Amino acid sequence: MRSPEAVRRRAVSAAILAVLVVGALLTAFPLFWMVSGAFKPQREAIDYPPTLLPQEPTLDNFVHLFVELDFGRYLLNTVLVVLIGAFGLLFMAMAGYGFAKFRFRGSRGLFFLVLATLMIPVQVTMIPTYLILNGMKLTNTLIGIALPTLVSGFGVFLFRQFMSTIPDEILEAARVDGAGELRTFAQIVLPMSKPILAVQAVLAFITGWNSFLWPLIIASDQKLYTLSVGLALLNQQLAVDPALQMAAASIMVVPVLLVFVLFQRYVVQGFALSGLK
Amino acid sequence: MRRGTLTPYLLITPAMLLLLAFGVLPILVAALVSLTDMNISGLANWSNVEFIGFENYVALANDPDFWRALGNTALFGVIGVPSIVFLSLAVALLLDRSDGRIARALRSFYFVPAVTGIVAISLVWGYLYNTQFGLFNWVLSWFGIGQVQWLSDPWLAKFSVALVAIWRGTGLNIIIFLAALQGVPREYREAAALDGAGEWRTTRSIVLPLLGFAIFFVTVTTTIAWLQFFDEPFVLTDGGPLGATTSVSVFLYKEGFRLNQFGYASAGSLVLFVIIATITLVQLRIRRRDEKP
Repeated sequence: MRSPEAVRRRAVSAAILAVLVVGALLTAFPLFWMVSGAFKPQREAIDYPPTLLPQEPTLDNFVHLFVELDFGRYLLNTVLVVLIGAFGLLFMAMAGYGFAKFRFRGSRGLFFLVLATLMIPVQVTMIPTYLILNGMKLTNTLIGIALPTLVSGFGVFLFRQFMSTIPDEILEAARVDGAGELRTFAQIVLPMSKPILAVQAVLAFITGWNSFLWPLIIASDQKLYTLSVGLALLNQQLAVDPALQMAAASIMVVPVLLVFVLFQRYVVQGFALSGLK
Repeated sequence: MRRGTLTPYLLITPAMLLLLAFGVLPILVAALVSLTDMNISGLANWSNVEFIGFENYVALANDPDFWRALGNTALFGVIGVPSIVFLSLAVALLLDRSDGRIARALRSFYFVPAVTGIVAISLVWGYLYNTQFGLFNWVLSWFGIGQVQWLSDPWLAKFSVALVAIWRGTGLNIIIFLAALQGVPREYREAAALDGAGEWRTTRSIVLPLLGFAIFFVTVTTTIAWLQFFDEPFVLTDGGPLGATTSVSVFLYKEGFRLNQFGYASAGSLVLFVIIATITLVQLRIRRRDEKP
């Protein structure tokens, strides 16, 4: 015989699970609607009442985007911006190591500066950064698009927090064995920092892939548009062809979703690791 | 710990240069430019730029559009911050309580909106909100509700735009709350249960106080995010209809990059910075006062 208390607990658990399932479906619905719309012919997408799933699925929208519009180029530009971001990752790891494992003149002040940049909103830096990049003749280049967000203070902070936990003895042992600083960093520190590297790589990918403000401000030549800016252009044609827009939105959202689903563990772990308790 | 070598400087130089160039230097440039009448002609030739003292700030104080943008931003914050903090905390508590495969799989559903790109997402929501063939109006028509002007009614548009941001904003905070919940020792809950405390009571009296820092952290970061609210109104409504969804950030972008009033926009951006810094400091103060018994 189960006690009434146990029965009540099970009922509560089931009710909570039901609420969570409904909430999850509602949350994910816009994404489902996007993918469903991407495969609808133009006429079906503006049908009223709307159809839940495409009645005559088609790939026409994707063909249109890549053949008649320049989405192949936008996709390439986006990938390039993300790849440039890998340098940022390396720079942040190096700085994190420097702050975590060396005592040097000015380290406290410089680290404070790193944290201070976290409080500066992008709206303040928007115009000056444009003026600075313009002065460096980097407006209208892919490097110019990637540069302002290449390194984040938060990233340096997370690397430092994680690398502080690497035991000094291991580093000392490497030095005693005659490993140079570069080798110690590349062969000991980086491999030991895999969890935080994974977190940062996923975050850097997501930010780079989705970045909108800087490409919008820096790229005036259509050849340098990223997916997000190309999509914003399509925005003006909503009444005409939502199916095309859903296809374009899918090209942008689905890769990020895949990356996130594959590496979700790292993101969640990362926040726990960084002492954000 | 090593000391006395050049290595650390070499290690931090690339990152520090970038942070200085795009994090610290812009503040100084913004402060300088805000005291000038810099515009597009000044961009071509610096000799066209003139120092005008605090005129930009005086003009801002007399600009009804700026005040309206401030009001809109305040309203967005009042709607957005409590919604996000409450929703993400509630979902995290429920997810944390439900073990098992299904509950684990459900987590991803709640996280994903956080990683989606705003431009793509605003197209999707714009499609859902569409007055003629949008899904929302069709669903409402089952209940006999006529065509709702989601994005063209000045009042409703504020909420429609905020809803998209709430949808996108909860995921990250759910992750933070779940991480914090892992730090709550099981023994505390078991002890409370032994003492006969019900689940709701345990959550309220034991778990929530232990989450104090996480709740505070999420509140502060969410407040800052809403004060900078930009993407959703910019892409969904371009600040319209009739400026109803123009946040301070959208206002600054338009002044700066559509009207090329770099000086004026820089002054506005510094005002926004001061507002954000002040509100954050006040929150820190309140937190510190609460911690003292």
